[in-house]
Amino acid sequence: MKLALGLLLGGLIWAETHGAVAIKDARIVTVSGEELAKGTVVMRDGVITEVGASLSVPADAWVIDGAGLTVYPGFIDALSSWGIPTAATPRGGANQTAGAATATPEPRARGPEDRPQTYSFERAADLVSPTDTRLEAARAAGFTSAATYPTRGIFQGLGAMIDLAGERGRDMVVAQPLGQQISFRQGGFGRTGFPGSLMGNISYVRQLFLDLDQYEQAKQIYASNPAAGPRLEYDHALEGLAESPRVLLPAEESQQIDRMLKFAPELKKPFILYGLHEAYERIDELKEAKTPLLVSLKWPEKPKEEDPSEVASFRELTMRDKAPSVPGLLAKAGVRFAFYTDGVESAADLKKDLKKAVDAGLPRADAIRALTLNAAEIYGVADRLGSIDKGKIANLVVMKGEAFDEKTTVEYVFVDGQQFQPSKESQKEPAASGRKGNAPAEEIK
Amino acid sequence: MRQANWAPTLCALVLSSTAPAQTILIRNATVMTVTKGTIQNGSVLIQNGKVSAVGKNVSAPADATVVDAAGKFLTPGIIDCHSHTAVEGSVNEGTVSDSSMVNIKDVINPTDINIYRALAGGLTVSNVLHGSANAIGGQTIVVKLRWGKTAQEMLFEGATPGIKFALGENPKRQGYPAQGFFNQGPAPERRYPGTRLGVEEVIRQCFQEAKIYQAGWQTYNEKVARGEHPIPPRKDLRLEPLVEVLEGKRYVHAHCYRSDEILMLLRVADEMGFKIRTLQHVLEGYKVAKEIAAHGAGASTFSDWWSYKAEAYDATPYNAAIMMKKGVLVSLNSDSDELQRHLNLEAAKTMRYGGLSEDEALAMVTINPAKQLGIDDKVGSIEVGKSADLVLFDQDPLSNFSKAQKVWIDGHEYFDREKDIETRPEFERKKKALEDKEAAAEPAGKRKSGAAASDSPAAPIAEERR
Repeated sequence: MKLALGLLLGGLIWAETHGAVAIKDARIVTVSGEELAKGTVVMRDGVITEVGASLSVPADAWVIDGAGLTVYPGFIDALSSWGIPTAATPRGGANQTAGAATATPEPRARGPEDRPQTYSFERAADLVSPTDTRLEAARAAGFTSAATYPTRGIFQGLGAMIDLAGERGRDMVVAQPLGQQISFRQGGFGRTGFPGSLMGNISYVRQLFLDLDQYEQAKQIYASNPAAGPRLEYDHALEGLAESPRVLLPAEESQQIDRMLKFAPELKKPFILYGLHEAYERIDELKEAKTPLLVSLKWPEKPKEEDPSEVASFRELTMRDKAPSVPGLLAKAGVRFAFYTDGVESAADLKKDLKKAVDAGLPRADAIRALTLNAAEIYGVADRLGSIDKGKIANLVVMKGEAFDEKTTVEYVFVDGQQFQPSKESQKEPAASGRKGNAPAEEIK
Repeated sequence: MRQANWAPTLCALVLSSTAPAQTILIRNATVMTVTKGTIQNGSVLIQNGKVSAVGKNVSAPADATVVDAAGKFLTPGIIDCHSHTAVEGSVNEGTVSDSSMVNIKDVINPTDINIYRALAGGLTVSNVLHGSANAIGGQTIVVKLRWGKTAQEMLFEGATPGIKFALGENPKRQGYPAQGFFNQGPAPERRYPGTRLGVEEVIRQCFQEAKIYQAGWQTYNEKVARGEHPIPPRKDLRLEPLVEVLEGKRYVHAHCYRSDEILMLLRVADEMGFKIRTLQHVLEGYKVAKEIAAHGAGASTFSDWWSYKAEAYDATPYNAAIMMKKGVLVSLNSDSDELQRHLNLEAAKTMRYGGLSEDEALAMVTINPAKQLGIDDKVGSIEVGKSADLVLFDQDPLSNFSKAQKVWIDGHEYFDREKDIETRPEFERKKKALEDKEAAAEPAGKRKSGAAASDSPAAPIAEERR
């Protein structure tokens, strides 16, 4: 009964729509250009219609007095499962080792020909729904968009850039397909069959791309002379792969970064590395590679329930200490990177994790850029997202105070011009439960 | 990552310089060249990463760094023909009976602390193998233990790559289908084969497939040469390395124990038209040494390890010596992160069991494995023109009491016992500083929960910080 009511209300937890909204006399961090110490931004029908220092506010606009407020472009989670309700369970990071936990057990794969753990064809755009309970906390942290990917398998499927609100799933999709996320799945004691090892995963990824090469050649040759035959089999897995404009590869530790930088060119597609917690060992190589990077915000920490007999190695301790310095080092080296939340969900934790990067040497402007325009550029959607410019989607976050400061609060969030007002409680650290507490609902305005 | 309590990362940074190799003169040493006898009060000159002079009287350029090795013993770098060190993830792709599509080269982890520990025992080259879970295992690679370098930089330049085969108990375990193993639910589907007969059949079958595959590509290439535009065959990562074996471009390193299956493999190889480069473990090799020698296979065995499973019962520590005397090229290997640190002592056991000479014993872990791996033109002995892969022992390396003092690879110093010991306090201090910093940074809320945990007698917080 309660659930039914909740679902019913789900449609109503929806912000007000105005003809036009103007945020007046606020500090505006456009990201793409000069920051306006005192400016106005106007939006209508989900689009930013004007931004500038001295604007006349349209007569029909609802006006927010921006005095004392700062307007940023809405934040983008550059590798996410937000919006996919079935993915709302904790999600592994770049170091994921669990065997595929699929809903229906699949027959044991006997080799690459069985296309094991391959969901390259699955589309995030088909799976997203505003019913994902995590969206509210995401917005409370200032996030308005996410590059979201399906979560199962080695080839996880085609990502979509989504806005973190909408009446229906299809309203949320901004652009797709973004790319193909690859995870290495080890363990499971061979229960799911091939591949069970890291080298098996790598070999399989290599084989599938070789198969794609052959598939595309074969298609072309067949089409030029069908009479010569043979007619080709349709390969679902390869079709999904063919559609991927880029590949996302996991690279957490220094040797993994090095390995993927060497491996990725074999795949003959643009690639992105994600993870990067030990990238402080590989800054020069990453700079040279000129490939975009996604840095996980789930900084390595001392395990909560550590076996007392386990003593952290020097390397582990170093990584826990230095991982948050990676974004600063990348910014300094001029390497383009964006952030991804990597399963960190509460607004308070996200804020804390971002602050760690800033405290470890990431200039604030670079932090904002990484959270906004960098992510949009990496995915080729900077024409519609990532900065406060005329014509871009009206995704904004309005804060009282400077982003990443402890006392700063998110006052308003606009997604597609729709206004949300996160409650103060949703931005505080949940009292007892530590991480992953349920944030209280945002206020409806 | 969670293995090194004392991890000399700092030393690595100090020792593995990228500077060009120095000119070094090591003098007054007992130089055990292995192939050209032992020189008392001998000298070795290292230039450009290679040995440029060996002898009693070696004149060195003025800028040479001189290492006075009075009372010490200089040997070639030790070579291990069977290692699983520096493999990230599982050493087995055990889900299939032919895992030749996987490649150890893809998962070399140059940060594995066991590399450094092996260096400390004088090891300089390893044949890094896939595990023995399947009849035909993964592709293998020879590395130099260039600690501090990248995986790519560790590869032994020009060494012929290999592939692991396995006979007997391990490959017929059907993929370890134990019911409720680690309570992971129902047992997985069993994997063929379940018998030794099946192992043989898998190998033969795979090579038949490889030949068909090879022919398919030949036909395709011929058609293309005639100007036709046929659909290309699929490039099969599983069969490619088997074709390379047939073409002699890839060595087979076959894990085996029993004499009957050793003979089986040699016959299958003859029938299919390829060579077995080395038989690994080969504990019953002494029974069929003549046949092994006739095939031209090398044997890489243990010194005196056996009886750890049924197929390892009928063994003898004289195995290496017997095979050698029957004309087989024999080496001793470690198959272990621990044993690889004192392969010189493994070699010494052949003097006790089999009466080998010092040179013959040392050859078991230097020039012989080098020959087996096809790298004996570059390493394996102290000779002019070979890589300066050298170990300085404080006493006779065939003595239990010997310790490696310095290790060079390509003329670069990669291990120095004194420097290692010197840097330890500094390392411990840095580690402690990191631990303290982490403890201090824990937010109040978490500290509270930590304090609550310390109420439990099992986990006093001070001890956790250790």
